[in-house]
Amino acid sequence: MKRELMKFLVFAAAVLTAPLFLKGGYIVNVLVFVGIYTILAVALNLLLGLAGQISLGQAAFFGLGAYISGVLTATYAANPWVAMVIAVIAVGAIAFALGFPILKLKGHYLAMATLGMGIIVYIIFNETVDITGGPSGLSGIPNLSIGGIVFNTDMKNYYLVWSFVIVTILLSVNLSQSRIGRALRAIHDSEVAARILGVNVRLLKVQIFTVSGIFSALAGSLYAHTVQFISPASFGFNVSIELLTMVIIGGLGSIYGSFLGAAILTLLPELFRTFQDYDIVVYGTVLIVMTMFMPGGLVRGVPLLARSLLVRVKAGLSSEKSV
Amino acid sequence: MTKIFGGLTALQDVSFSISACDITGIIGPNGAGKTTLFNVVTGIYDPTSGKVYYDGKDITGFSPEKLARLGLVRTFQGIELFGQMTVLENVMVGLHTRSQSGIIASALKLPAHLREERRIRERAISWLEFAGIADLAGMKAANLPFGKGRLLEIARAMAVEPRIILLDEPAAGLNSRETSDLALLIMRIKDAGITVALVEHDMELVMGICSRIVVLNLGHKLAEGTPRQIQEDEQVITAYLGEG
Repeated sequence: MKRELMKFLVFAAAVLTAPLFLKGGYIVNVLVFVGIYTILAVALNLLLGLAGQISLGQAAFFGLGAYISGVLTATYAANPWVAMVIAVIAVGAIAFALGFPILKLKGHYLAMATLGMGIIVYIIFNETVDITGGPSGLSGIPNLSIGGIVFNTDMKNYYLVWSFVIVTILLSVNLSQSRIGRALRAIHDSEVAARILGVNVRLLKVQIFTVSGIFSALAGSLYAHTVQFISPASFGFNVSIELLTMVIIGGLGSIYGSFLGAAILTLLPELFRTFQDYDIVVYGTVLIVMTMFMPGGLVRGVPLLARSLLVRVKAGLSSEKSV
Repeated sequence: MTKIFGGLTALQDVSFSISACDITGIIGPNGAGKTTLFNVVTGIYDPTSGKVYYDGKDITGFSPEKLARLGLVRTFQGIELFGQMTVLENVMVGLHTRSQSGIIASALKLPAHLREERRIRERAISWLEFAGIADLAGMKAANLPFGKGRLLEIARAMAVEPRIILLDEPAAGLNSRETSDLALLIMRIKDAGITVALVEHDMELVMGICSRIVVLNLGHKLAEGTPRQIQEDEQVITAYLGEG
């Protein structure tokens, strides 16, 4: 428990002081996106890492959050904070309602159903041109503001987004260590044993699916108000796969791993611009390589790797001495 | 009670009752329908026909989670632990129905939730002590030796604070020392005022601790009675040894 608190404090301190070491400009802009994707990856990790339930349609909740917030403010001139609250509640309600039929399914069928959900929502964004602006997108979304401060620069957005990241991570870590978190991990390991002990498996799955949807919608709303322009391309199938890759890279069930995965997958393409059209191929390859060689993700895999290397180096040294 | 899988009749008009605060053994050769019987009683399968009563109340077709809340739990023949969780956490899940913090209280670490967590932890440790495996609390359940895993599964089921516990071949895969430890544990459970029913192949264990025995064969109830009556029952002897 103490260690968890330390980890959290170090993380929060690093996040708050990071901009002091950066000269601002482009990298801060990229870090805003790292923050948004961290929230999304953590949201997926609660579902996949804790409860063991896959979703290939997370981009749907992300997009719904963004569009509800965007349309309410750009078209109907609502207050952005009010829009954000409405977006989060509405998407939570949608996830809860969809969760009951969808989470009856297991394994591949669940993957297919969530994939379908993602694609249907993506098509809706494209086709309801009157509301969403269709493929050409929705512009004129206002920034969020508190009192006189308008979050209209990269630096201000950095602090805005990362405040939400810190809260999301804190809530998620707390949840994963609680009675509910234990019950979810129990479902992951043996559903029948969890049921025998009186865990209401069906309801808990739907609840965590809802929480995952709520966090994703929050990320969507933040995205809409920081970028101020949204189009369906940001919420397509490849985004869902990208989120899955982030979670796998970081480590299933590791909340901070999701941050790491989000950071790597957001920063790398910035460095290797050439990936652009082949990103889905790269994600696929990373997924295969990770599940084959580091199924626990980087957070668990790297220390293991370091330890085995150390053992080998030590063994090498002692054998040299003996020669 | 009858259970039919496709063309196979696994249980045919089997009817018996188990008495409170007692240990009842259910025995029979392989394929007699013992595990099917447990699966029907604990809501994993629905019976094709027939009823399950608990305290005079019809509980036929109740889900396993509802039965757990009513005080009926079971263990599995091939143990079903939460492998990636620690031994202590496994038992803490057993206290799920005995606690109530929801998602919001948990995420916000509200004071009531923290108090409850402490209580869950203490209770879980005392159940580990009850089963004699408190020294393994921090170990990952998947790394437990088989015999200890079985004790953990029983400790975890006891954490639900059931009124009835159904044990499905608890001695399977245990050596003689582990089996005698198990027998003592089952006696302690009975002494705590809990009704025990067990399916078992180990005759020595069954004859030693059960006060009543039900014998199944090929989906039928063959006999019912005290260990002595069963040992002297001709039909039972024939079923086990084959016809002369």
